[in-house]
Amino acid sequence: MPERAHILICAGAACISAGEESFKSALEKELKEAKIYEEVKIIETGCFGTCDLGPVMVIYPEGIFYIRLKPQDARDIVNEHLLKGRVVERLLVREPELKIFLPTINELPFFKNQVRIALRNVGFIDPLNIEEYIAREGYSALGKVLTEMTPEEVIEEVKKSGLRGRGGAGFPTGIKWELGRKAKGDEKYIICNADEGDPGAFMDRSILEGDPHSVIEGMLIGAYAIGAKKGFVYIRAEYPLAIKRLTYALEQAKSYGLLGENILGTNFSFDIEIRIGAGAFVCGEETALIASVEGKRGMPRPRPPFPVNSGLWNKPTVINNVETWANIPEIILKGADWFSSLGTEKSKGTKVFALAGKINMTGLIEVPMGITLREIVYDIGGGIPEGRKFKAVQIGGPAGGCIPAEYLDTPVDYESITSLGAIMGSGGLIVMDEDNCMVDVAKFFLSFTQDESCGKCVPCRVGTKRMLEILDKITKGDGEIRDLEELEDLANVIKNTSLCGLGKGAPNPVLTTLKYFRDEYIAHIKDKKCPAKSCIALIHYEVIREKCRKCSICFKNCPVGAIFKDYDGTYVINQEKCTKCGICFQICPFKVIKKE
Amino acid sequence: MKKLTIEELKKIREKAQTEIQARSPEGKDRIVVHMGTCGIAAGARETLLAILDEIEKRNLQNVIVTQAGCIGLCEYEPIISVQKVGTPKVLYKYVTPEKARRIIAQHVINGQIVTEDVLSTE
Repeated sequence: MPERAHILICAGAACISAGEESFKSALEKELKEAKIYEEVKIIETGCFGTCDLGPVMVIYPEGIFYIRLKPQDARDIVNEHLLKGRVVERLLVREPELKIFLPTINELPFFKNQVRIALRNVGFIDPLNIEEYIAREGYSALGKVLTEMTPEEVIEEVKKSGLRGRGGAGFPTGIKWELGRKAKGDEKYIICNADEGDPGAFMDRSILEGDPHSVIEGMLIGAYAIGAKKGFVYIRAEYPLAIKRLTYALEQAKSYGLLGENILGTNFSFDIEIRIGAGAFVCGEETALIASVEGKRGMPRPRPPFPVNSGLWNKPTVINNVETWANIPEIILKGADWFSSLGTEKSKGTKVFALAGKINMTGLIEVPMGITLREIVYDIGGGIPEGRKFKAVQIGGPAGGCIPAEYLDTPVDYESITSLGAIMGSGGLIVMDEDNCMVDVAKFFLSFTQDESCGKCVPCRVGTKRMLEILDKITKGDGEIRDLEELEDLANVIKNTSLCGLGKGAPNPVLTTLKYFRDEYIAHIKDKKCPAKSCIALIHYEVIREKCRKCSICFKNCPVGAIFKDYDGTYVINQEKCTKCGICFQICPFKVIKKE
Repeated sequence: MKKLTIEELKKIREKAQTEIQARSPEGKDRIVVHMGTCGIAAGARETLLAILDEIEKRNLQNVIVTQAGCIGLCEYEPIISVQKVGTPKVLYKYVTPEKARRIIAQHVINGQIVTEDVLSTE
């Protein structure tokens, strides 16, 4: 019988690590004890997106949203909610300003302001059950293209929708497919790029974990359009759960005859294999990815020839990112006009962003293109914690850039973001507040790309290293004003002469911070001060002597014994011994230790 | 499993859609069983099970069942309310499993209120 209540528990990687599994078994035990186990259905879904509140779950039909669940909460949920129909208030989301509870999932501003296309099923269906995907119109789009559309019509529809690559560069998907269709070759390939590597970005992982069939269906449609018989999903080994669920979904699709020979009784045949990468960032670059799929060392090569003409084993190959593939079935079903009604003139549809950093609701969101950064940060993300001041948002991963507060009202689309010096990238969005030093942020991203440089071309291999050395010098207080010029020179050379996107994008975090936060660089160099009080070499701690209450707590807690008692009983920090760990600053009950 | 055709895919879709219908309560008739301590003591559990059984037997697609707490009229328990889409909510009193089955047949399916068991209407 159809169960009267459906319990959707988030089984995304974040909720699992927050204890989802032990909560679920406690819940099952309580349901059995209350003898209502048969009346309810427990579904483990993909990521809801509210990663900060995990483990989370929703109980339907009411749609009640419970957060931060512990095994001991299971009893109340079963006895109060499921048996007696009383909502367990203490587990609801609380609206911080109004101090009211927000019981249902649709009331949360986080969900209310989203438009979900790529994430349409993530968090709503069981990713391990193909029938739940089918219930949500899954594989209808495939049926439609195989019976009602020619490959050219499919390509035309995708072109008309205005969909652009969601992996970063924003190349129009329909045009790529058209080139792939026209390319000469007896054999053609489709690749799904799931080598998501930007720090803080996890949208591709969440789609593969929460709705793998949407990617499979997208690839099937793409294969039909360009005339490919074989596809690969290139995914990194660091995503074991995504690999597990995708493998399972591929097998299910095969057993239903949705992959393999003569799909849905037509003469279209297609199969997908998984290729697991070792997690090198550069393998997200398409030519390096192809080399890796072929079993070679993952290094980029100069383009042209482009993969659409000569890709995998020198055959025409269309590569699209996970999120792009997941959009395809909806575009076919609902039509290009519907899709292109969302977004801006040149950027259509929606984009998934991973919110991270100094923001109240860290997690995953999908919003229409053209929404402003302010709406993302404040209306959906709930603003900056503890009322601190917004400083910048780093968008687009290590090849992206920092956008300062004065551009908060910029609409988010490919062109506007690029004009500010950042890139849309895969959609990593890291929010920074006044405590973040922008020189340090630039250094962090540059050290990431420097580390991940494959070493093939000189500008990237040597240039990023030199840039990093200069940044290191500046954060240590040894910078000179002419270093800034040299940074810019190096950055421009690297940008213009690197072989692939990794090198071309690597200077962006430095260039944007130099452009918008030059005064911070100058403060580091001239005043030897870090305005955000974050660069350890440029700060020091001191006890304000006249205010010291002589409680000795700092003295007792200093891990290196750098605090001593002076003749008058007050405490003093020995600057030579101090490692600037900040423990005394945090622990002083009277707040009389200053940080400068 | 043998290969699917478009027709078979459609059949799977229809069947699977009924299975996940509890997840989209919008636009569905709603039966609420009041399950306070008083309700449970008066036999609301049995009433609830009878309702679920009847929904399954009759294969009703457009009905969701939820529970609510005590509404302060403990004497009339078990109480259920029925709200068909677009019509006012009706509260029924002393709903035994037998009465529940009748309410489903008469009110939920045919849209005729079972007047003698009504506690109040909205």
